[in-house]
Amino acid sequence: MKLSMQQSALPVFMSLAASLLISTQVYAAETSTPAVLAASCTGCHGPGGKSPGSMPSLAELDAKIIMSRMKEFRGGEVPATVMTRIAKGYSDAEIEALGQFFAKSK
Amino acid sequence: MTNQTRRDFIAGTSAAVLSSLATTKAYAAARGKIVIIGGGFGGVNCARTLRTLAPSLEVTLIEPNETFITCPFSNGVIAGLSEIASITHSYDNVKRAGINLVHDRVSAIDADKKQVRLAGGSSLPYDRLVISPGIDIKWKSVEGYDEAAAEILPHAWKAGAQTLLLRRQLEAMPDGGTFVMTIPANPFRCPPGPYERASLIAHYLKTKKPRSKMILLDGKDAFSKQPLFLEGWKQLYGDMLEWIPFGKAGSLLRVDPASKTVFTEFATQKGDVINVIPPQRANLIVDSAGLAGKGDWCNVNPATFESMVVPNIHIIGDAIVAGAMPKSGFSAGSQAKVCAAAIVALQSDESPSQPSFINTCYSLIAPDYGISVVDVFRIGPEGTIAAVQGAGGISPLNQNASFHAQEAEYARGWYASATAEMFG
Repeated sequence: MKLSMQQSALPVFMSLAASLLISTQVYAAETSTPAVLAASCTGCHGPGGKSPGSMPSLAELDAKIIMSRMKEFRGGEVPATVMTRIAKGYSDAEIEALGQFFAKSK
Repeated sequence: MTNQTRRDFIAGTSAAVLSSLATTKAYAAARGKIVIIGGGFGGVNCARTLRTLAPSLEVTLIEPNETFITCPFSNGVIAGLSEIASITHSYDNVKRAGINLVHDRVSAIDADKKQVRLAGGSSLPYDRLVISPGIDIKWKSVEGYDEAAAEILPHAWKAGAQTLLLRRQLEAMPDGGTFVMTIPANPFRCPPGPYERASLIAHYLKTKKPRSKMILLDGKDAFSKQPLFLEGWKQLYGDMLEWIPFGKAGSLLRVDPASKTVFTEFATQKGDVINVIPPQRANLIVDSAGLAGKGDWCNVNPATFESMVVPNIHIIGDAIVAGAMPKSGFSAGSQAKVCAAAIVALQSDESPSQPSFINTCYSLIAPDYGISVVDVFRIGPEGTIAAVQGAGGISPLNQNASFHAQEAEYARGWYASATAEMFG
């Protein structure tokens, strides 16, 4: 199943059957924290956004550069191997949060 | 879900939502003992994220092996492109990061007493337990395939001795020999893995033993990155490699190690080297606490990765049903970080963040020919992990050599980053 962006930031609902099984019901916050958003990026871009290999480092970049690059990838305005596909999964607000997060990782 | 229901939901749980506003502050308040079972992509990423987010938590990692050998890039070792040392990692920096490392086997999980019992005799108490146990092979689900048979017909689906066994068999295979691979039905660890392995073995045979033949007997009719693999195979390996789908050969029923023969519903195939990638399930340790119920995999809350059946036990990685997320090292790491952040929030009496995940998975069709699949995942309205529509997907088809070379280079770059995050 594919989600639309509108559906993607909803609180977690458990089905009735599932909720009967666990003792404590846990609801997630409505939005993702910058740290949780950024945690997936470092899987390729390295710990703290510092890449030891061929992946570009994010920690050396300005927040504004990260934001404009992500938006250009999302719009297909600049070529890339995977980032054109990944950037489409993020809203403007999330892209801004990611830019601020990695700018602080300098 | 409509906006109306969403507003109702938020109004009904205002306390939980309001408390989440505090999630940007430091988690100095987080207290407790977190025990993690399994020192792979899930367990190590979870341990290190916990240490970074909340140094006040006591984090213990239980892993029987002294080093970790990654499945990613083990296909290159099988095909003679690299040595096993290049995919073997020390836990020294995990220890230096302030994680208590216990090299022992878990003999039992006592969920009532909230304790993990070790083979060495001691017990470790926990406030929250994270299990990232990986897979076990479903021995004998294919007639004749047991641990002894795997010494003759290797699976090489856990990296290490099996990886080297399959490599030695390929090295000993005569030019003009037949390599056979059997591939299971979904779900299994690393969906594109068999096809990357076939590609790199084809590269080895084309270079060293060009009269050889490869036959892949698949338990399904479609597979991960299929159009990209088929495009690359046609271009690079031609008639050397034959993929036989489920529709033609049917399921694998039986293997005979003595005569090196495999039997499917509609085919009997002998081989000089046979790689049986067998059916899999969650590692058997989860049965110690009944975490998989009567099934093969564990069900979890996708916001916290807490078990649906036993409270205070979180499960991540290949062992779980993770909606649309594939069983990959990258997925396990992505889940591990979300799980760690949720544990820190829960131990601080906060609401966990809304999850966000990525899976980025590269495969090599040749050393300088890479392909990829990526997806961004969120929790869908049905409460399961779903891919974000309009994002993600496989590499474009009909690309030139420099695009494929770039993806191969990024595959190696991913490995450098991912292992630095765990072991650096």
